[in-house]
Amino acid sequence: MNWSFFHKLGSPKWFHDISGRWLPWFAVAGVLLLSVGSVWGLFFAPEDYQQGNSFRIIYIHVPAAFVAQSCYMMLAVAGIVSLVWRMKLADVALKCAAPIGAWMTFVALLTGAIWGKPTWGTYWVWDARLTSMLILLFLYFGIIALGQAISNRETSAKATAVLAIVGVVNIPIIKYSVDWWNTLHQPATFKITEKPAMPVEMWLPLLLMVLGFYALFTVSLLMRMRLEVLRREHKTRWVREVLEKSS
Amino acid sequence: MRRVVWLLFCREWRLAWRRPGDLLNPLVFFALVVSLFPLAVGPEPSMLRSMAPGVIWVAALLATLLSLDGLFRSDYDDGSLEQWVLSPHPLALMVLVKVLHHWLLSGLAMVLLAPLFGLMLALPLSSLPVLVLTLLLGTPVLSLLGAVGAALTVGLKSGGVLLALLILPLYIPVLILGTGAMDAALQGMPVTGYALWLGCLAMLALSLAPIAIAAGLRIGVSE
Repeated sequence: MNWSFFHKLGSPKWFHDISGRWLPWFAVAGVLLLSVGSVWGLFFAPEDYQQGNSFRIIYIHVPAAFVAQSCYMMLAVAGIVSLVWRMKLADVALKCAAPIGAWMTFVALLTGAIWGKPTWGTYWVWDARLTSMLILLFLYFGIIALGQAISNRETSAKATAVLAIVGVVNIPIIKYSVDWWNTLHQPATFKITEKPAMPVEMWLPLLLMVLGFYALFTVSLLMRMRLEVLRREHKTRWVREVLEKSS
Repeated sequence: MRRVVWLLFCREWRLAWRRPGDLLNPLVFFALVVSLFPLAVGPEPSMLRSMAPGVIWVAALLATLLSLDGLFRSDYDDGSLEQWVLSPHPLALMVLVKVLHHWLLSGLAMVLLAPLFGLMLALPLSSLPVLVLTLLLGTPVLSLLGAVGAALTVGLKSGGVLLALLILPLYIPVLILGTGAMDAALQGMPVTGYALWLGCLAMLALSLAPIAIAAGLRIGVSE
């Protein structure tokens, strides 16, 4: 297998070039997917027979939760890459992705609370899934806080990488213990009902929204990473050339 | 290797006894937090009994966290941490000795104190062995996981709050299992399952945490 692309990934200049070419495609895909998905989901998808129109928040809630969870996995992968291969870009990715992940978690929690009021009659229940999302938010906060507390850039990158890996080892344990705790303490107050198999008209827009959220995530991550790369490499010649060309 | 472990242990032991305040303060803190709850929620025994497992566990969590804040700081300041990193012996092993020693003086003391507070919080006598057992299995996990955070924040001036932010989410499984076991004991149900799970976590932490602590210390020292 040809590994040259992997080594190229270590070069900030190469990343800046290639991501500049990718960015418009992801942006267009994101805008298309999100607009089609939201219009379809909010206006044309059929009403839920129990929840009426309030279920439509699922088109924001579920994609945000998806991205929030996979973003943490991405952090851990970036952490491993950064510790094992000392790749600068992995540091950048780790640092730039954490706030986006935290925001996605926050959005998922917020929309969940809004959705909970009409469905369950309360904004917050100590349900296992809600609680694990809340803990995920705290894990993100920890990573962001550690990254900001250490002033030396390299040390900060390594420390956050270690923390992300420790966190990812712990996530399954936390997840299962929280599930267990919930079933022990409140057996049948509220259950996120085992969803009846959705009709196609409902889940197809949801799929579009999930893909759209991933595209949105990629776009914002690439933009943040490009900015961070420029900031870190501001003394090199290629950055000056890029800046002169754009101004 | 055995000699190094022994020497290290003796050194830690001497250091600890020359500054007894560092050992006692977390215990006093533990006692204080536990006694604040009856003052805050009222002295009614039935309510206290239902809250007791949670109160004792949360207090143990916070006290461990507090005592871990300075775990590596003095070694970092006087440069002995650098010698550890440079020495030919595995750093993870030395770190493990240090953390276990720390647990022996702080965690074990809390375990021994806990039945007293259990009685004060109106727990029935029959549930106290379970409290001791779960704390005995759980507090090493708390010490080991907390040491990861202490290692990552070793060079930082404002370590305390940051340490709490990093580590408290990771403490949740121990908290859930420990209080779950106590609740089961109070209802007269078997606690073996909880104890086994806590034992699993202890083994996992014992085998993996030293590696993470060593990695964290290397990063902190290299700064």
